[in-house]
Amino acid sequence: MRTGGAFSDRTTVEALVRRVAERARRLERQVTFMEVCGTHTHAIAACGLRRLLPPRIRLLSGPGCPVCVTPVDYLDRAEALAALPDVIVCTFGDLLRVPSSRGSLERARARGCDVRVVYSPRDALSIARDHPSMRVVFLAVGFETTVPTVAAVLAEAESERIANLRILPGGKRIEPPLRALVADGEVHIDGFLLPGHVSVIIGADAYAFLGEELAVPAAIVGFAPADILLGVAELVQQVLDRRPRVANLYASVVRPAGNRHAQELIARFLEPVATRWRGLGVIPDSGLGLRAAWAHRDASRIEVAVPEPREPQGCRCGEVLKGVVEPPACPLFARTCTPDTPLGACMVSSEGTCAAWYRHDRAGAGTAA
Amino acid sequence: MCLAVPMQLVARREWDGTAELGGVERQVSLMLCPEAQVGAYVLVHAGYAIATVDAAEARKTLAILEELLAEDVPE
Repeated sequence: MRTGGAFSDRTTVEALVRRVAERARRLERQVTFMEVCGTHTHAIAACGLRRLLPPRIRLLSGPGCPVCVTPVDYLDRAEALAALPDVIVCTFGDLLRVPSSRGSLERARARGCDVRVVYSPRDALSIARDHPSMRVVFLAVGFETTVPTVAAVLAEAESERIANLRILPGGKRIEPPLRALVADGEVHIDGFLLPGHVSVIIGADAYAFLGEELAVPAAIVGFAPADILLGVAELVQQVLDRRPRVANLYASVVRPAGNRHAQELIARFLEPVATRWRGLGVIPDSGLGLRAAWAHRDASRIEVAVPEPREPQGCRCGEVLKGVVEPPACPLFARTCTPDTPLGACMVSSEGTCAAWYRHDRAGAGTAA
Repeated sequence: MCLAVPMQLVARREWDGTAELGGVERQVSLMLCPEAQVGAYVLVHAGYAIATVDAAEARKTLAILEELLAEDVPE
């Protein structure tokens, strides 16, 4: 059972903030901790943690919002598929308003394309079952939390012989970008707050390389304010002790080896492939593509004309995703790019760094437009 | 997007379960979490149970939290 009460309680949070501040006083310099999960981005902004923490601790958001890291050419392809008369595109709602080179899926839908928002990949399977004469394409965007749900649906489609369900592979792995961010060195990262629900699937042991190989402090944490503060306190302690390791502070659901059933399903259908990330470029083995045996499920094999990818001029989403700049440094932020009229991907989803800053952190940052 | 919610499993039939939270019931697939038993809390993401919640481990994390709060620090 979750101890949600204590982990969201105001008195507890205030006391934790004081403990973290006391620990931080012993730091010799400012430290930068990065979270790489959109749900953390949102949680940190929504409870105002940045303003509660002492200036010695800087919390940065990394490439943790799957919608935000999805490159524009993926959206262009999805839009082109939606324009085919015998295709129904099914997507998580977050992706609908992300600008593509020519518009967005939302605008495609307004033009009459059949684009449907689903809550689960299973809904796409039901739609495929109900429309046997249509090709149903599920936009399979997401990290390792979501990827097994896509694999599970493929398994169901295979066993039930539902031939008209396809996916547009867009799944991503967390390990390669973590390595890339450390190797890149553009931002010095003193510790990672690791994504709780990705960790449920891949397991705490999957991050061993962070402590052992890269010597970067790390903590797997849940999503209540106290969970995150507990993680920050742990990272400060690791920095002070100069003993980087992976602390599992979400062990109620994160096991050392993760979820074996989910891992097996992923491995049956998908394999690591090089893929492009907005901001980070192409990273080897960071994506999950369909294995050759399942080519008949691969919507990227459907021939469509895709335009030359075009990013909005002046947009700094790429640098925001790497933590190189914070949203107010972008000339579009809160001026022409707002949650109502997003120009960049990070302003769309409530988990996007720019959207989270816009809604919760503008006043505290003193950089409001 | 990686949002997941702990819910109580109140019924199951093979791979299909019913999970409840605050009076709201949802159908969940147990394909990724076949070991889940009725009565257990499961973490639900996009229509799938992805883990059972281990109460003993939850208490351990709470103990770490309490230990940190009890830390004796000079004023």
